[in-house]
Amino acid sequence: MNTTLKVMKYAFFDLMRSRWILIYTLFFLIATGGLLYFGDDAAQAALSSLNLVLLVIPLVSLMLGMNHYYYTRDFVQLILTQPVSRPSVFIGQYAGVALPLAGAFVIGTGVPFALFGFSRQLDAGMVVSLLVAGALISLVFTALAFWMGLANEERARALGIALAVWLGLTVVYDGLVLYFIVVAQAYPIEGAVMLLSILNPIDLSRILVLLQLDTAALMGYTGALFRTFLGSATGAMVAVAALLAWVVAPVALGLWTFRRKNF
Amino acid sequence: MVVVDGLSKSFGRLKVLDNVSATFEPGRVTSIIGPNASGKTTLIKSILGLVLPDAGSVTVGGEPTRNNPASRREVGYMPQEPRFPDNLKVSELFAFIQDLRGVRPEGLDALIALFELKPHLNKPLRVLSGGTKQKASAVLTFLFRPKVLLLDEPSAGLDPVASSRLKDRILEERERGATVILTSHVMSELEELTDEVLFLLEGTVRYRGSLDAIRTATGEKRLERAIAKVMTGEVNLDAASAHLPTAPVREGAA
Repeated sequence: MNTTLKVMKYAFFDLMRSRWILIYTLFFLIATGGLLYFGDDAAQAALSSLNLVLLVIPLVSLMLGMNHYYYTRDFVQLILTQPVSRPSVFIGQYAGVALPLAGAFVIGTGVPFALFGFSRQLDAGMVVSLLVAGALISLVFTALAFWMGLANEERARALGIALAVWLGLTVVYDGLVLYFIVVAQAYPIEGAVMLLSILNPIDLSRILVLLQLDTAALMGYTGALFRTFLGSATGAMVAVAALLAWVVAPVALGLWTFRRKNF
Repeated sequence: MVVVDGLSKSFGRLKVLDNVSATFEPGRVTSIIGPNASGKTTLIKSILGLVLPDAGSVTVGGEPTRNNPASRREVGYMPQEPRFPDNLKVSELFAFIQDLRGVRPEGLDALIALFELKPHLNKPLRVLSGGTKQKASAVLTFLFRPKVLLLDEPSAGLDPVASSRLKDRILEERERGATVILTSHVMSELEELTDEVLFLLEGTVRYRGSLDAIRTATGEKRLERAIAKVMTGEVNLDAASAHLPTAPVREGAA
């Protein structure tokens, strides 16, 4: 545990020094601040912010996570020649990148909402769910980045896979789900569609936030299903649990690969 | 003492180490020699636990190395090409590794002086030349006074001053009783340091003995030519060493 914290501290300071994390925080501060400042409605700002979250966080987490993985690959080798265990090094590296990324989003988005939001009939539940969703998908996609890096010696290849995964989960997946719904509309497909959205962490985050809204029209089919079948509270819990599973699974896979890797 | 027993390792279809067994004793410098890609680095990395062997075992000071980080407490390793994070400063690197180990040994300043690193302490590692990085790596290797030293081409890229100091230091460590395992293609380094050679070819131990025995067997006075003859197979050391009763052959070739 001690080693994990030391490695984490190191990864954190290293990330801070690269300034990307600062730019990333500023990006959310300016974007969310702008949405709140120029818009009339805090809920609308939260929705716009959600769309930003769903596109930007996965991409940046994948890219920065992967960049950090390859950048420190040789140094990790040096760390592993010291009397430290592999799992503690892996978890420390991962947490040292994933937590600052999640923190950058929470600060960059949370601070403007805290400053401007409450004077504009803001629904606190929605902002909290937005922050939770964004933080969780930061953890999910950083874990995926580390795992992809571990599984591919070649950086360009891993980068290609990451971009394909990002595009697939943000754009293509929704199209396929929609196609499935249209084709299979004559059948009772609610269960299958809910399962499909659980299999996509970005869908899960969207549902988690939209469940806090009253406007069912904005929820989309899958969000409506979650609410109808599970209700808002249970639906949110299921979504959070599924997102946590999405964090644990790639971390576990990465750990498994890391323990067996030849350096 | 380091004991390697029946070590085998393949990368995909490529068999890099094939049933390698060897004992490395304290107070001696054993040089692993062999052509490029003969498995030298893989053997060293297996002793460190960086490479996980498919079969066989390694013990360092009696402790098995597999899944046992504590076995590396007494090991110092100098890689062929040290690579450090670009943004880290030399002094931060030293601080981080000490922090990681949880000890602050006394010899740090002396080692910094020995390798003339003082002017570079506050520079980020990315601006350092290959040789200066190698010096930083040397400081980390000797800092914790390890009982086992694994040196993978340690003097490559070092200037003559640093290289001589490094060699002196290695000999000092040997006198102190350290087990030194070294790979090198630098003949002068081999000649100055080696007590014994372990000759690897295609992942197997072909010969173990002294450099003099190789010279005598090949009839070449110059070490480089003598070793080259062995590497190309012009001279078969298995047979040659059998006729050399004076050569301190400790263990026959595998």
